[in-house]
Amino acid sequence: MKPTMRFFRKSLSSPYFTSLATVALLVVMFALGSFTYNGFFSLQVVLNLLIDNAFLLVIAIGMTFVILSGGIDLSVGSVLALTTMISACLLQSWHWPPLLVIGCVLAIGSAFGALMGAMIHFFKLQAFIVTLAGMFLARGLCYLISINSITIDQPLYVTLSQARIEFLGAFVSPSVVIAMLMLAVAIYVAHYTRFGRAVYAIGGNEQSALLMGLAVGRTKVMVYAFSGFCAALAGVLFSFYMLSGYGLHAQGTELDAIAAVVIGGTLLTGGYGYVAGTLTGVLILGLIQTLIAFDGTLSSWWTKIVIGVLLFVFCMAQRLLSLGAASGTSAPPAAA
Amino acid sequence: MSIPLNSNPVNHDPMSHDPLPGARLQNEVAPDSSASLRLLLRHPLLRPLAALALLLAVDFFMIPGFFRLEWKDGHLYGSLIDIVNRAAPLILTALGMTLVIATRGIDISVGAVVAISGTVAALLIGGTMEMHDGVPEYASRIPMIWALVAAMGAAILCGVWNGFLVATLGLQPIIATLILMVGGRGLAQLLTDGQIITVYYKPFFYIGSGYLLGLPFSLFIAIGVFIAVALLMRKTALGLFIQTVGINPVAARLAGIRTAALIFFVYMFCSACAGVAGLMISSNIKSADANNAGLLLELDAILAVTLGGTSLAGGKFSLVGSVIGALIIQALTYTIYSMGVPPEVNMVVKSVVVFAVCLSQSPEFRGLGTELLGGAGRSRSSNGKKK
Repeated sequence: MKPTMRFFRKSLSSPYFTSLATVALLVVMFALGSFTYNGFFSLQVVLNLLIDNAFLLVIAIGMTFVILSGGIDLSVGSVLALTTMISACLLQSWHWPPLLVIGCVLAIGSAFGALMGAMIHFFKLQAFIVTLAGMFLARGLCYLISINSITIDQPLYVTLSQARIEFLGAFVSPSVVIAMLMLAVAIYVAHYTRFGRAVYAIGGNEQSALLMGLAVGRTKVMVYAFSGFCAALAGVLFSFYMLSGYGLHAQGTELDAIAAVVIGGTLLTGGYGYVAGTLTGVLILGLIQTLIAFDGTLSSWWTKIVIGVLLFVFCMAQRLLSLGAASGTSAPPAAA
Repeated sequence: MSIPLNSNPVNHDPMSHDPLPGARLQNEVAPDSSASLRLLLRHPLLRPLAALALLLAVDFFMIPGFFRLEWKDGHLYGSLIDIVNRAAPLILTALGMTLVIATRGIDISVGAVVAISGTVAALLIGGTMEMHDGVPEYASRIPMIWALVAAMGAAILCGVWNGFLVATLGLQPIIATLILMVGGRGLAQLLTDGQIITVYYKPFFYIGSGYLLGLPFSLFIAIGVFIAVALLMRKTALGLFIQTVGINPVAARLAGIRTAALIFFVYMFCSACAGVAGLMISSNIKSADANNAGLLLELDAILAVTLGGTSLAGGKFSLVGSVIGALIIQALTYTIYSMGVPPEVNMVVKSVVVFAVCLSQSPEFRGLGTELLGGAGRSRSSNGKKK
C-alpha cells in the first residue's frame, strides 16, 4: 500500500507528470480506436496524423516558445494564410523561383513576428491585443492580394506535395520530415542553448530575469520572430499540402495551436513545459479528428466540443497541479 | 430615453456631460491655453468622440445624402438609422466586455454565446406554416417568451461557466473563455446539425428589425441596457468595486471586497449581453446560423472597448466610451462598404486602428513621441509605423 502511495506521489510531483499523462491519454485513445474500428491499428494511420498535422506541429512549436516566455501569439493562423497567399502570388503571377519565394515568405513571417515582439516589449503593450491586431492585419493583407483562392501549379511545389518517402513499409510526406527537423531543432534550442534558458527564465519571472542580467528585450523580440518564422514555415508546408493560396486558409489555427500547447503540458503562465509535449498535444488533436473520421456517424463539430472538453480537463489538471505545488513541500523544478 | 444615441452625431451633448467613473487621465500633453480647454482636452472621451466625428465628416463629404433621414413605412429611414441598428448587438457586447476588461479579464467566448442564444431561440420558436381560411399563418413552436427566456438562460449558463472557471478555479481569463469559444460554437453547431435554422414566426423579427416610435427597437434595448448598467455602476458602489478589482485584485480582496463573487457576476453579465445580442442578430437575419453568427464578434467588442479608452490592463473603464467605440466600428464598416472599397480592406483598417490606439495608450510610446516630434502628430506616427 505504502510504496504505491509513494510512487503515486512521486510521479505526481515529477516534472514529467503532465507530459506523461498526455502520452498515456494518447496511447489510450489510440488503443480505443484500434479496438473499435477496423484498419485503425496501422503505422500508416499514425503517419497520416503527422502528414495531416505537420503544419500545425510547426505552428505549435513556435507557440510553445511564446507561451513559455509568458506571452501569446494569436496572429499565427493569419500569418500562415498570408504566407500561402504571398507564395501563390509570387509563384503564379510573378514567376519567381520557388526557393527564393520560400526564403522570402520566411523572412516576411519573421519580420512580422519581430515587429509585433518589438511593439510588445518596447511599448509595454499586451501581447494579446498586439497579436490580435496582427491577426486582423495579416488576414486583411491576404484579401488585398486576392479574395479568391489561387492555385499553385509550380513543379517543385507539386513534386513536394506528391512525394512519398518510404518509412518502415509506410510512407510520410516531405512536410513531415521538415516538421520533425524543426521539432528537433526546437528541442535543442529550448533545452541546450542560452536563448532557451532565457525564454524559460522570462516566463518564470520577467523581473528576475531582468535583474539576472538576461537580455529580456532581445529574447522577447526573438521569441515572437521565431513564432512568426514558424507560422511562415507552416504556411509553406500548408501550401505544399493544399497547393493553393487562400485568405480563408487555416482559420482558427491559432486556437488549435494554443490547445495543442496546453494539452502538451506547457503552463500558460509561462516558464514551465516541454517542447516535446507539444508533439503529443498535436497528435491528440489529430487523433480526435481521425477517430471522428473513422466513426463516420459523428459530425465534424464534435471535434470542437471534444477539444473544448480536453482543454478544460487539462487546464483543471494544470491548476490542481500548481495548487498542489504551491502547498506541497517542493515546487516542481523548472524544465531541464 | 427616446433620444437616439446619435441621431445627430456631430452634436454629442447628450453624452459628453456624463462624467465617468474613471475620468482621471494621467500625463496627457495639454496646451498652455485656458484651463477649460485643457480640461476638455484631458477628457478621456475626447479622442473617441473626435474619431467618430472625423469618420462622420468623411462620410458627409464622401457619401451623398449620408445624414438624410426620411420617414418611410412608419419609421425613420437613412444611413444613420442603419448604422445604429446594426451597431446595437456590438454595443451590447461591448458593454459586457467593458466590465470584464475592467476587472483585468477578457471574454473571447462572446461570439460563441451569440451563436448559442440565437440557435436556442430559433430552434424553440421555429415556426410552422398553418393555413387558416386560405391565409398562411405562422405559429411558433412554443410561446415566444419562453423561447427567449430559454435562450437567455443558455447564455447566462455560459456566463456561469466562464465565471466558475475564472473566479472559482482561478484560470487565466483568456484560456478559460477559450474553452467555451471552441466548445460553445461546436455545441451550437451540434444543436442545429450544422444547418441554418430559418424562423418563420413574425413577432420574433421585431427584436432585430422592428421599429418603435419610428426608431429601431434594437436601439431601445441597447439604450435600456446601457442606462441600467450606467446607473448600477454610478449609483451603487459596484462600479467602484469593479475598478478596484481591476487596479489591484489582492488589495481589493484585503479591503473586504468579495472579489470572486464580483468577477463571477461580471462574466455572467457579459454573457447575458452577448445573449441579447445573439437574439438581435438571429432575429435580424430571420434565422440562426451557428457556423457564422457572431464570428469574430469578440474581437470587434474588444476593439470597441479599447477604442472607447478603457485600458486593457484593467481598472478605469468607460461605458460611454465603449458605446462610442462600437459606433465607430459600425460607422467604419458602413463607410468602407458604401465607398465602394472592397470590404476586405476593413480588416486592415481595423488592425491599423488597433495598433494606433494601443500605441497612443502606451506611456513609453508617448514618451518617444514627445521626444521625437514634440508631442505633435502622435497618432499619425503610429499609423506610419505599421504601414
